[in-house]
Amino acid sequence: MARLIRTEKEVEGRYTEQWVVVEEDVLEQWPEGPLQTVGRPATRVDGLARARGEARYTQDLRLPGMLHAAVLRSPHARARVTRLDLEPAMAMAGIRGVIGPSDLEPLTNEPNYEGEAVAAVAADTVAQARAAVEAIDVEWEVLEPLLDAEQALAQKSFVTNPRDYERGDVERGLAEADAVVEAEYRTQSVLHNALETHQSACEWEGDTLVVYTSTQFLWGVRDEVAKAFQLPKDKVRVICRFMGGGFGAKGSAGDYTMIAAELAKRTGRPVHCRLDRREENVNSGNRNPTIQKLRLGARSDGTLTAIDAEYECLLGWDGWLPPTAGPAQMLYACENVRTVERGVRLNTPPMDAFRAPGFVEGTFGLECALDELAAKLDLDPLEVRRRNHADHDPMDERPFSAKELMECYRRAEPHWERRHEVRARSEGPVQRGVGLATQLWYGGGGPPSYAWVRLGGDGTVTVVTAMQDIGTGTRTAMAQIAAEELGIPLERVTVELGDTAHGPYAVVSGGSSTTPSMGPAVRSAAADVGRQLIEIAAQRFETEERVLRLENGKIVSDLGGSWAIEDITGLLEDGQILGNGARGPNPTGMRVLTFGIQVAEVAVDMETGEVVVERIYAVHDVGRVINPLGAESQIEGGIIQAIGHTLSEKRLLDPQTGKVLTRTLDSYKLPTFADVPEIVAELVDKPDAHLTNLGSKGLGEPPIVPTAAAIVNAIRDATGADVREIPVDRETMLRALAEAREREKRGAPAAV
Amino acid sequence: MVNGGLHEVDVPVGTTLADALRDVLGLTGTKIACGEGHCGACTVQLDGVPVLSCITLVHTVGEREVTTIEGLREHPLVQAFVEADATQCGFCTPGQIVSAAALLAATPRPGHDEIVHAMSGNLCRCGTYPKIERAIEAVAAENRGG
Repeated sequence: MARLIRTEKEVEGRYTEQWVVVEEDVLEQWPEGPLQTVGRPATRVDGLARARGEARYTQDLRLPGMLHAAVLRSPHARARVTRLDLEPAMAMAGIRGVIGPSDLEPLTNEPNYEGEAVAAVAADTVAQARAAVEAIDVEWEVLEPLLDAEQALAQKSFVTNPRDYERGDVERGLAEADAVVEAEYRTQSVLHNALETHQSACEWEGDTLVVYTSTQFLWGVRDEVAKAFQLPKDKVRVICRFMGGGFGAKGSAGDYTMIAAELAKRTGRPVHCRLDRREENVNSGNRNPTIQKLRLGARSDGTLTAIDAEYECLLGWDGWLPPTAGPAQMLYACENVRTVERGVRLNTPPMDAFRAPGFVEGTFGLECALDELAAKLDLDPLEVRRRNHADHDPMDERPFSAKELMECYRRAEPHWERRHEVRARSEGPVQRGVGLATQLWYGGGGPPSYAWVRLGGDGTVTVVTAMQDIGTGTRTAMAQIAAEELGIPLERVTVELGDTAHGPYAVVSGGSSTTPSMGPAVRSAAADVGRQLIEIAAQRFETEERVLRLENGKIVSDLGGSWAIEDITGLLEDGQILGNGARGPNPTGMRVLTFGIQVAEVAVDMETGEVVVERIYAVHDVGRVINPLGAESQIEGGIIQAIGHTLSEKRLLDPQTGKVLTRTLDSYKLPTFADVPEIVAELVDKPDAHLTNLGSKGLGEPPIVPTAAAIVNAIRDATGADVREIPVDRETMLRALAEAREREKRGAPAAV
Repeated sequence: MVNGGLHEVDVPVGTTLADALRDVLGLTGTKIACGEGHCGACTVQLDGVPVLSCITLVHTVGEREVTTIEGLREHPLVQAFVEADATQCGFCTPGQIVSAAALLAATPRPGHDEIVHAMSGNLCRCGTYPKIERAIEAVAAENRGG
């Protein structure tokens, strides 16, 4: 029976209480370990479509009569439009529609960051649209932008109210400490740079607006667009079957969707609005920079007595305050913790979620400071982490639904032991070292999420749900889950996703939530089909339901005998067996988190400042693993992205004008093939016994969380230099080395 | 010549090969990710040599042989990429396979350094590089066997 419950919902550390209707989840979890299909490596069900270039992305759409949009964006960080004449654009060849600030909500006369949209045109070709934007007659009054964090703090320029947290008494804790580390850490702005840029094509079909879009959240786009155009929600249909990467920045509709929809309305034709790479690097979100002031105290045995942390999160003009203090609050069993997070508003492009927002930044500062503290106390960094292990949620004493962090530490031990051998391989100017850092993140998912499963007369199974696969392999994981539940080979399962008109509601692909939210719903829908199949088989073969089970594509009787599934479904000819599934609630009174540790080995050239990551070992606890092959790819991908923000990636702003200087993929340095170290990835793969009928958590974000701190701790191990900002480019590295030499000359101890 | 078939393309001067392939011939397997020759997503082969089709003007192609991912669908690398899980979002994948096919044609058994050198112009934001290397090595191993 359906139950109405009030439950806690978490997306990327943002908790809300909400009502959900859930079905009784009668399914017991499967036993631990690899099963028939779940827990075994599977190649992607859509791998061939992608590799053969057949997968149709939003960029590949060619709708009949489709027009192309281009957008006039502010070239200034802060300005006022004093004159705007759209006439010259309208007069140009191929132009079918032009809109300005009075026509559509996101268009503005008073841009507050570079790239904010002012006007847009639709034309027969992209070239015509761009030429028309150039022809728009616009005059700007350039205003002084607010770019300096100190000044913004003094003016109390915040996007949201500061967030304070306190337990115990940090000053007392610091007074009790045998050693204290007080230091400032900085992280940079990182640009997502998914290879498919943000884009949508919109088409009106009668009173229904069809939105083809590159998105991580079909239903979120539906709701936003419906609200903006005052439509009933299901009069907006959102489609995204293949998606060229998001990493957090494609969770909402974006100005390009609104522009395409409005121009489509005015022209009566489909309109495609696609950001080019330079727009993408200015106007599609970013990981916000942080300035972190930390004070950590510990007793001589390594027990943490205090964590005091202030985070200035430079969000830009808009956005939300990511849980940057999360690691400081939750990672260790420290009694005295105080955190302050301030979301600073500046005239820079708004931040957006970027793979584990807040935790990537917060873990960097905390885990580096902890190593500096361990060095002061002359303790083994891994032992310090074990000593401060939190057996329950240190914020509110809640038990964890499952926590295998100690097992992760145990498995990391031999890789950490390699440090002696690695250091010994230092030679000449190249010094080698090893560092580690712990990972903590959410990833439990939650309701509401639904799936349908249908079993056809030929015995093939189709999973239907309006979720998205943003490249993480969730389409394959859902097929595995349905195959497992029905005891059929993976090849017999098709997954239909990516269309709000063709399937039930599904969760955002963000916050590592797709698999833990959708997987249980898919299993429950498949189980519904399985129950009906057994009921039908029992009648057909005049036996009892309780002696029948599904195995290897057959209905098997405990009394002997088996029948192929098609023997039953074949009876129905075109009839189908339809199953419904819903995601149940998360366990009440428990904290659901993911854990892990990474060990980095680096080589630092003391003369040139070049840092090379040579090896990373990663072990993570995300509950049951559905597809070990895809999971390994997620870990490798997260680590490689993290190597980017640790060593080379940085959005540069002109300090005078606030303009983004790194707008291209040659000025903004993504990791290449040549930057990849040896990566050894492991998963604990133990189902979370309290979490859903699957016991699985998400893996999209955990691997990117601890890498920067592990690398920087390895750099300290190799060189003795305290690096407290990322990226560690050569200038940063050489400066830190010079400071370390200076300190040594003065005879001061390491880590102040 | 595109993938073995002769095509006459009538487009304005200044049209890129990538746009001609995608918009005129409907070969959308070739992706455009930066549009200015920095990322490799648009890689096609011109007479077997990998080039960036987003900064190659179609009028300079003449009668040379263009090979796109659509012309390489039966290449063993395609299956090898699937087997090795060398695609995540898949947007860079066609370009990766076109580059890797050119590498293997020139160097049937490339070593690690040769793979890195040949593939460093193809960016992958999802970080599939280790799996791509595994896929290339798998096909190279077949070459060794054959």
